[in-house]
Amino acid sequence: MELSLLLIKALIILAVFGVTLLIATYSTYAERKVAAFIQDRVGPNRAGPFGLAQPLADAVKLFFKEEFVPANANKFLFIAGPSLAMLTACMSSAVIPFGGTLIIGGEAIHLQAIEVNIGILYVFGIVALGVYGIMIGGWASNNKFSLLGAIRAASQNISYELAMGMSIIALLLVTGTLSMRDIAAQQGEELFGISGMNWNIFYQPLGFLIFIVCAFAETNRVPFDLPECETELIGGYHTEYSSMGMGLYLFAEYVNIFVASAVMSTLYFGGYNFPFMDQLGLPHNVVTILGTVVLFGKIFFFIFFFMWVRWTLPRFRYDQLMNLGWKILIPLSIANVILTGGAILLKQEFFQ
Amino acid sequence: MTGNFFYFLTFLTLFAAIGVVASKNPVYSVLFMIMTFFALTGHYILLNAQFLAAVNFIVYMGAIMVLFLFVIMFLNMREDTEKHKPMLSKFAAVIAGGILFVVMIAALKDVDTQLANTAVFDSQIGMVENLGKVLFRDYLLPFELASVLFLAAMAGAVMLGKREPGEQNRF
Repeated sequence: MELSLLLIKALIILAVFGVTLLIATYSTYAERKVAAFIQDRVGPNRAGPFGLAQPLADAVKLFFKEEFVPANANKFLFIAGPSLAMLTACMSSAVIPFGGTLIIGGEAIHLQAIEVNIGILYVFGIVALGVYGIMIGGWASNNKFSLLGAIRAASQNISYELAMGMSIIALLLVTGTLSMRDIAAQQGEELFGISGMNWNIFYQPLGFLIFIVCAFAETNRVPFDLPECETELIGGYHTEYSSMGMGLYLFAEYVNIFVASAVMSTLYFGGYNFPFMDQLGLPHNVVTILGTVVLFGKIFFFIFFFMWVRWTLPRFRYDQLMNLGWKILIPLSIANVILTGGAILLKQEFFQ
Repeated sequence: MTGNFFYFLTFLTLFAAIGVVASKNPVYSVLFMIMTFFALTGHYILLNAQFLAAVNFIVYMGAIMVLFLFVIMFLNMREDTEKHKPMLSKFAAVIAGGILFVVMIAALKDVDTQLANTAVFDSQIGMVENLGKVLFRDYLLPFELASVLFLAAMAGAVMLGKREPGEQNRF
């Protein structure tokens, strides 16, 4: 019993890890296809049917390039930077519930790698660690442009973490728990008689807006990709990187996008819940599997959204980025916290 | 099992803390300090204080140490350009450290090593719900006063950093 439980956990962890890497791999392909679609081109279509083997070809190419370390770089930290970026990116998907429970042989199995009752704080902490990979790599390259990119990344992450934390606090006021599993389960309740529709987006629209803007900034995506701004900084923090060092940085970005999309779907868009999930009259396990499929649908939509924005909007100027973070998003998120608190107090006083 | 974890974490903490002091390169010092905080987070988790662990992780490792690293990278200090300290300050440091060591031995000699009373000890006290209840029910006034203190400190920092009208940028 104990061993089988451990085995199941190990399987789930392996599956989550594998799915994370697989989706990140195919995000590189999807990015190029989406870019091609938006710019009215064809996109990669040579390697395999529809160019589906393109990510493999890219990976092989990156692996066979020379791993070049600049003469004056700090060798240990130069290697440690991209490794750290990849490590932190892969750690955060552990607490995301990818589905409800599967009941096999009378035992309920949660489709989640690990359950901690401070799940949100765990994700937040790992995201906060993510900037070290960029900073260490940028500094160790011993290149002015890399250093400037690293410093930009650090200041941008710190600025947007504040607003992100504030928007999460407002969400926590509504949910009353820090556990991702509980938050996902709460959203499966009824709203206006439709089961599985009690999504937090209906209670926290402003909080979601702040959260998604901050998620763009934390993953260094356009319009907030100033750490790797080509026109000003050559390549930013990965100017000196070649081969898989560069590959790991780019790959970590896609893993981060996947995790950010999964967190947004879980916190605000109902997680694995979908409308009419209890009224369909389907068996429990079928509903769970459908829920997982629906969750991945939501995640893919958000990944597409990230790409859509990238190929639509131009990049901010650095002072505009700081003004948006400190002068607009933080006051807005504080106002959101106060409004949410006031609304909850009013509801408790007069409507119960 | 938990005991082994404790010894491993303690070893890591001490190793990294010595690394902070001993490494010549300031960037290495900061990285060792991050490692120290990482090990301390592990200690909090062993003590069943999950919220403190998360806060230590987010605030110290995620924000404060990033700022440390930020400033040190900007200064761009190098091992070869670092000046040697005069002999006098080395002696002063050794004497001050030695005195601290003596004081700590004196304080730890008579410490009560008895474990907590297991009958009344609540192992769930470090959970976020219980901590919140203690902070907002029993210690509400000190908690709010501390937040006012932080606000004052923040306003003070902004005042100090603000450019006076007519002042030129000095950098």
